[in-house]
Amino acid sequence: MAFLHDIYHRQEIVRAGRLPAEMVARNDAFEPRMIGMEPPGGVYTHVVGIDLVRTGEDEFHVLEDNVRTPSGVSYMLENRETMLQMFPELFTQNRVKPVSHYPQALRRSLAACAPKGTAGEPVVAVLTPGLYNSAYYEHSFLADKMGVELVEGDDLRVVDGRLAMRTTEGYKSIDVLYRRVDDAFLDPLTFNPESRLGVPGLFDVYRAGRVTLANAPGTGIADDKAIYSYMPEIVRFYTGEAPLLRNVPTWRCSNPQELSHVLAHLDELVVKEVHGSGGYGMLIGPAASRAELAAFRAKLMANPGNYIAQPTLALSTVPVLTRAGLAPRHVDLRPYVLVSPEGVTITPGGLTRVALKAGSLVVNSSQGGGTKDTWVLED
Amino acid sequence: MTEIRRLSVRHITTYAYDAPQSWGLLRLRLTPRSHRFQRVLSWSVTLEGARRELGYEDHHRNLVDLASLEPGASTVIIRCEGEVEVTDNAGVLGSQGGFAPLWLFLRETPRTRPGPACSALVSRVMAAESETLNRLHALTRALAEGIVFAPGATDVASTGEEALAHGRGVCQDHAHAFLACARAMGVPARYVSGYLLMDRIEQEASHAWAEAWIEGLGWVGFDPANCICPDHRYIRLATGLDYGEASPVSGSRRGTGDESLSVHVEVAAQ
Repeated sequence: MAFLHDIYHRQEIVRAGRLPAEMVARNDAFEPRMIGMEPPGGVYTHVVGIDLVRTGEDEFHVLEDNVRTPSGVSYMLENRETMLQMFPELFTQNRVKPVSHYPQALRRSLAACAPKGTAGEPVVAVLTPGLYNSAYYEHSFLADKMGVELVEGDDLRVVDGRLAMRTTEGYKSIDVLYRRVDDAFLDPLTFNPESRLGVPGLFDVYRAGRVTLANAPGTGIADDKAIYSYMPEIVRFYTGEAPLLRNVPTWRCSNPQELSHVLAHLDELVVKEVHGSGGYGMLIGPAASRAELAAFRAKLMANPGNYIAQPTLALSTVPVLTRAGLAPRHVDLRPYVLVSPEGVTITPGGLTRVALKAGSLVVNSSQGGGTKDTWVLED
Repeated sequence: MTEIRRLSVRHITTYAYDAPQSWGLLRLRLTPRSHRFQRVLSWSVTLEGARRELGYEDHHRNLVDLASLEPGASTVIIRCEGEVEVTDNAGVLGSQGGFAPLWLFLRETPRTRPGPACSALVSRVMAAESETLNRLHALTRALAEGIVFAPGATDVASTGEEALAHGRGVCQDHAHAFLACARAMGVPARYVSGYLLMDRIEQEASHAWAEAWIEGLGWVGFDPANCICPDHRYIRLATGLDYGEASPVSGSRRGTGDESLSVHVEVAAQ
């Protein structure tokens, strides 16, 4: 948060020489149109989903910071729902903290970020790219559980200087838009002019301080995988303290020395695209064939700045029921964090993602991963 | 002695649509802001066939208004009128400007991407001069000669490279070619839209020029279309990486039919 405000204002961290200017200047996730903008309530990242992995007893690492539009929270809620129905006795024997209030907490947290001067109870809406988006179910689920409207770009328009949605009783103003549409498609007048998912003039309304966008555009600069390698330094710069959770050691392939290390140890490392997500475009060295390694080496050398590399972590496992009985599978954990001027709320639960293939380290649902209910117990 | 001049501006933009429009938006960067060398004494933007929705300051600190077309409008008239007092600074503006970092002004945009013509000019200028300021003056002269004023030879989507390669264009093209070359030399540069007092009062369009960042001086203006540095005849309206970010009027509409645009600008000394 402090980082994002700084990056879009004075860039003290760059002036202080703690983050190289080119890390920002050459970064596509930096959104110049956010320069000098004060988002309502000072909040940039309203919903955060941090990917954590456990690599040893009491040893956790932050694998990724997801601060654009993290998804998957509906799985957290559905998994719990299913467990409660299938194994009600477990929840009488164990004191498991509930997660079912998440939609209400999300709504409250979003409402607390409404623009200054909002009269009465802020109107919240969820913007979805539509039925054909892979996360449409989650968008409609969350809107439904929060008791707010689910809208698409075509339902919205700038009316009387505000963002407004079409209803049976005419246009109604929106104060907070929980948008599940990527930055580039938010407003064809400002960003990608070909976008049919967004609302012309939405960014103007935002820039005028008359609507809240959650999360703010341009937050990708904070979860970019190259910036990730500076995160411990970033935490120290703004808080004066060492981070509580460790980052995974990361080699930046943009640096020639680090690149040569990565090339020499390609078969041991995990290599990821800087802006990649969903487990696409990555290499898991130990699991790759010779041909795959050679092909990836060529891609890496053609555009080293596009990649980072990390050691292959011994991710923790959980038991999974397979045809052959119980078997261990690797997991990671994504807790959900809500941020508003009233504070930071960590949901007591999260999404545990499971790599369903034996030995696989890729947990992304887009790569055939599964999910599990996750418990946080009362003390 | 510092020269101060009071300029009055009348700028009328008229859009005529073939058919009544059901919906449309206009983004206006038509309000100059006061700074050290430019004092806005009075300014008004009035609309006919459209209404102002909101206003804000963008990432280049331009004052932007968003307006929507009145439903059923077939004509929109945007009328700007005002008086501005301008001080002659020989083009040197200094370090004014918001939070945008200097490296941002080195970014290529589609309209300012250098090609063979710009690259050749850059090599020539770099070889001939060693100081940044002299290079930019040489660049200004070369572009004034290299691109002949020819309205209609280019359009709003044309690139500086195209204008230089064909040797024809308008002030917008001069500015884009300047930006392409200056950035290729490693000099941060930005597009400026505004008004220019000329010998005749009536003009076909508003003006455009460029500003470059020179260590020790800050932002310095260059007008390659007129082969001079801006003085107290120039009013700055908006800046950006290229025309797209500084254009006085842009917009989108959902409606059938063609549109015709007419612009009328009067700049007079008081």
